[in-house]
Amino acid sequence: MTKKGYVILLLVGLGIALLVTLFSPLASSKPDGLERVAEDKAFVDKGKDAPYQVIADYAFPWVDNEDAATVLAGIVGVLVVTTLVIGLGLGFTALSRRASLSAAKSGGPAPPVSGGGGTASGGDAASRGKS
Amino acid sequence: MAYIILPTPALPYPTAMHIPDGFLSGPVAAVGYALAAVFVAIAVGRTNRSLGEKSVPLMGVTAACIFAAQMMNFPVTGGTSGHLLGGTLAAILVGPWAAIIVMTSVIGVQGLMFQDGGLSALGFNIFNMGVIPVLVGYGIYYLATLFTDGRRGWILPTGVFVASWITVMLAAFATSIELAVSGTSPLHVVLPAMMGVHALIGIGEGLITAAAVTFVLTTRPDLIEQPQRVAPQGGLS
Repeated sequence: MTKKGYVILLLVGLGIALLVTLFSPLASSKPDGLERVAEDKAFVDKGKDAPYQVIADYAFPWVDNEDAATVLAGIVGVLVVTTLVIGLGLGFTALSRRASLSAAKSGGPAPPVSGGGGTASGGDAASRGKS
Repeated sequence: MAYIILPTPALPYPTAMHIPDGFLSGPVAAVGYALAAVFVAIAVGRTNRSLGEKSVPLMGVTAACIFAAQMMNFPVTGGTSGHLLGGTLAAILVGPWAAIIVMTSVIGVQGLMFQDGGLSALGFNIFNMGVIPVLVGYGIYYLATLFTDGRRGWILPTGVFVASWITVMLAAFATSIELAVSGTSPLHVVLPAMMGVHALIGIGEGLITAAAVTFVLTTRPDLIEQPQRVAPQGGLS
């Protein structure tokens, strides 16, 4: 896939997710599975409020219109989740690239840094610790 | 079975299969955190070794869509609703280990930012919705791929449907056990109730997942990697 392919994938995927959040005010507000069971079987009262609230109940605070608050909460959530996962993913790929680089030169004891990879000193320390 | 019709007050703690604070005892919550930590650690290790750069945007998009889809509660019978869990979908799209990362991120954000699922229950929420469905759903999906070479026909979508339904039932089963061990509700009460409701919710899960997978297979088949038939030994890198 080309770089452009990634961007298109990202935009289309995000577009679908954001489109879904636009419809979230239409979602059923009936109690869902566990909630229903908790009510029917009378243990719903054991539930406790969260110790703090950020965007509780998928309603963005300070927005009076309920539908707008829900959509706004959805958009924020989609963007946060996407950023978090892509950040984690990029971190993992960077780590694995560094690990394979340091594995490639882990033959000798702490060789001088070769020009090829340009790894940070942390990579050397990691490979020394491993071997 | 008769559901009493009463104006249900909006609960301050939305759940789904998301367990709120107060439902799990301290020791049970601790076991949940331990289980989640073990599987997330394995997932991070495996993803570290095998994650291609090409998977990263797909992981992000998968997380975005599952978060959005989880907001769309669909009605099931008896004044009840349900929503997608998405574990099977994530596993098929990005593979099981990356899917655990995706699901953990979604459930983490829901718990920490949206107060959907309690802090004390976060471990078991991750395990119930982000580990069990991913691993079991992928396993059944993998079996289904053995029976079909092409990507056309009904075998794969049917397999995806069955896999999704089973994972919802397993998540409901696990949740019931955790509630029972915590002393929140006796097993003979909570288990049949949870399984009954989620047998219906699972149908929604199956339909959505099968439709989504079919959609991706027809529009962008290159995104879904066929499971490797021979398990690679050791690191590929």
